[in-house]
Amino acid sequence: MTKKAKGQTEITIYPDWCKGCGICVEFCPAKVLALGRDGKARVARLDECINCGFCERHCPDFAIVVRGKGRKRRAPACAENGETPVDKE
Amino acid sequence: MAQKKSKQRKAVFALGNEAVVEGALLAGCSFYAGYPITPSSEIMEVMAARLPRSEDGVFIQMEDEIASMGAIIGASLAGRKAMTATSGPGFSLMQENLGFACMTEVPLVVVNVMRGGPSTGLPTSPAQGDVQQARWGTHGDHPVIVLSASDVRECLEMTITAFNFAEKYRTPVILLLDEITAHTREKIELPEPGELEIVGRSYPTVPPEWYKPYEDTMRGVSPMPPIGSGYRHHVTGLTHDVLGFPTQRPDEVKAIMERLFRKIDQFYPDIMLVEEYMTEDADIGVVAYGSVARSAELAIDMAREQGYKAGLIKLKTLFPFPKPFVNRLAARCSRIVVPEMNMGQMSREVKRVAARTTSIRTVNRIDGQIITPTQICKAITQG
Amino acid sequence: MADITELIHDYLRHNKKFPHVFCAGCGHGIVLGALIRSIHALGLSKDEVCIVAGIGCSGRIAAYVDFNTVHTTHGRALTFATGIKMANPKLKVITIMGDGDAMSIGGNHLIHAARRNIGVTALVLNNNIYGMTGGQCSATTPQGATTQTTPFGQMEKAFDIVTLAAAAGANGVYRGSTFHVNMLDRLVATAIERPGFNLVEIITPCHTQYGRKNKYKSAVDMFKWIKKNCVPKEKFDALPEADRGEKMPIGTFVEKDHKGLEQLYGELQARLNRPGRPVAEPEQPSAQHAEESRNIMNKEPK
Ligand code: SF4
Ligand code: SF4
Repeated sequence: MTKKAKGQTEITIYPDWCKGCGICVEFCPAKVLALGRDGKARVARLDECINCGFCERHCPDFAIVVRGKGRKRRAPACAENGETPVDKE
Repeated sequence: MAQKKSKQRKAVFALGNEAVVEGALLAGCSFYAGYPITPSSEIMEVMAARLPRSEDGVFIQMEDEIASMGAIIGASLAGRKAMTATSGPGFSLMQENLGFACMTEVPLVVVNVMRGGPSTGLPTSPAQGDVQQARWGTHGDHPVIVLSASDVRECLEMTITAFNFAEKYRTPVILLLDEITAHTREKIELPEPGELEIVGRSYPTVPPEWYKPYEDTMRGVSPMPPIGSGYRHHVTGLTHDVLGFPTQRPDEVKAIMERLFRKIDQFYPDIMLVEEYMTEDADIGVVAYGSVARSAELAIDMAREQGYKAGLIKLKTLFPFPKPFVNRLAARCSRIVVPEMNMGQMSREVKRVAARTTSIRTVNRIDGQIITPTQICKAITQG
Repeated sequence: MADITELIHDYLRHNKKFPHVFCAGCGHGIVLGALIRSIHALGLSKDEVCIVAGIGCSGRIAAYVDFNTVHTTHGRALTFATGIKMANPKLKVITIMGDGDAMSIGGNHLIHAARRNIGVTALVLNNNIYGMTGGQCSATTPQGATTQTTPFGQMEKAFDIVTLAAAAGANGVYRGSTFHVNMLDRLVATAIERPGFNLVEIITPCHTQYGRKNKYKSAVDMFKWIKKNCVPKEKFDALPEADRGEKMPIGTFVEKDHKGLEQLYGELQARLNRPGRPVAEPEQPSAQHAEESRNIMNKEPK
């Protein structure tokens, strides 16, 4: 499932939502992230990211978004009012 | 709720408790959760036999009264007309979730068949000791509607009224019976379906995105969609804003709390139900409720025979307390007698409104026996 | 991979204030994420999901997700959920409770929900402590641990949630952790999908109230502890008794296929209301019933 190719991602961290717990920093297998002086997580070595998704799954505050390079924000993919989700990928 | 005489109407010989079930089913009740307790168990037993036989009726026996309340709140949130029945000790256990229902404005009906207390008390004897608990049992300041019934026919009627009020005002309604009323067997005529007014729930009339679950309206009552209907919203026992999310902002807290009271306060004339008996020319008044009101009616007749102009107000709504009616009686009478099977719970209310106008005499009994007509008559005739 | 967070954002309530109330590094946010991913993976629509939460930190989760949500009274979430499920069996009812909620004040409701096998999914977020009230010991606080109300160490033993739920008759019993999130996603999805009562105990850290007092200086330390001590059940079973120590097995413990109560009730109702079947007069309790209960004065009815 995981492509170990490096540097294929863009990472957005929303500072207002990040509480600086450090989980993403500690456990990122490629050591991509670091805590900034404001106590919030920031991207230190984007090129090393292997797009494993660990930080996204473990950020308790949903503050990190990792997406494929050049990809736009996609339309909502959740099922609403009984409709099935349309896969926009 | 005057019943027209009709040939087709089915007559049954029913217990007060069974009449409650008939009333509930006529009112559209389709969910019952309960826990067995004397002297209310017949309500549960008949529900257990009837509800599964109907199209969509649900009956479930829960592990305790706390769970019963939880289950009927859940069912009501999911769009059902729901009820439970219990007695003293069980009613105590229900108080926490009753408060939740007040706060989140969940319509439901709780029947409490009062027995002697405190604690396990007198499980098979009548009492009226839960009156103030029904009003103030759950913590925090809250409005609530408390009704009572004095005979088997009234058990049926007042259960329907309880459901109607619950839906109309989005509030829990408590119906207080006592062991005598619940276990009296009388012949009653069942109303035809469609004969009585049945109030349904009001649903939102806007698209889901625009729906505000606790928005103020003219009546103070917001529409209530069932869970799963597309109107997703948050229900919480925390003090909430119009969207249902917790808030501590004083202006928002004030607004919702005041609306909770206003939605009931402004409809006093609709909610306060009493029956007057020979009050037109009375100069001695009696205020009674539940099975005691039956004794009181006889006592009035006895006193009249002896030449005393006595008159009775039978309270069918206990809370909000029917103040205007009692006031009017107090203005006319030199004395008001309040007989009840406790040490003076409703007489407190009567004193609160009428102590300055007239003298009030209480007749109390807490030995598990009924108050007899003679006892009340004596209080009427001997100043 | 990736696109995980954006997906979660789709399910959060946009009119609710974020970040949520949980402390930095609290596992509750991770559980919320796992729940959302599981529901998405099952292709459920937002309208058919009903989240019923209790009181405490975990109870606050409900407010943040765009499903039908009910934040009930302390310990009673399962009773509300039972009512909702029986009233509308089409809904997927998921309760979120803390360890205080599920094991102490709501312990009775938990075992009875398991026994009656009501079609509700129960997520028990076990952080071994009462977090919201300031860090008092709970029914799952390990022996010896220091808390606000056990300043000299906990003397009582802790509940094993998994064993208890299994013994009470739950259809499915699982344990996951907030570190092993892929497994957690899978367990939660399974628990939601399967019939009857399914319970997932989720080991989640409370660094603020539990960790600080028990030698875990930061949230990261707590996650390291979970990483080390939560081992898959198969591995755990293979470990010699002596090496188990603090370790806890995670995975699937019970998986039975009994019908849920709402299903059985629906079948009963269909049977009773089958067209053409002569409708029996409803039974009335015997006339003597009231008479009897009045006479047996010394009977203890409750
Ligand atoms: S895990 Fe989330 S909240 Fe914690 S430091 Fe990283 S981005 Fe911030
Ligand atoms: S996806 Fe997140 S955890 Fe994985 S390598 Fe990239 S930054 Fe690190």
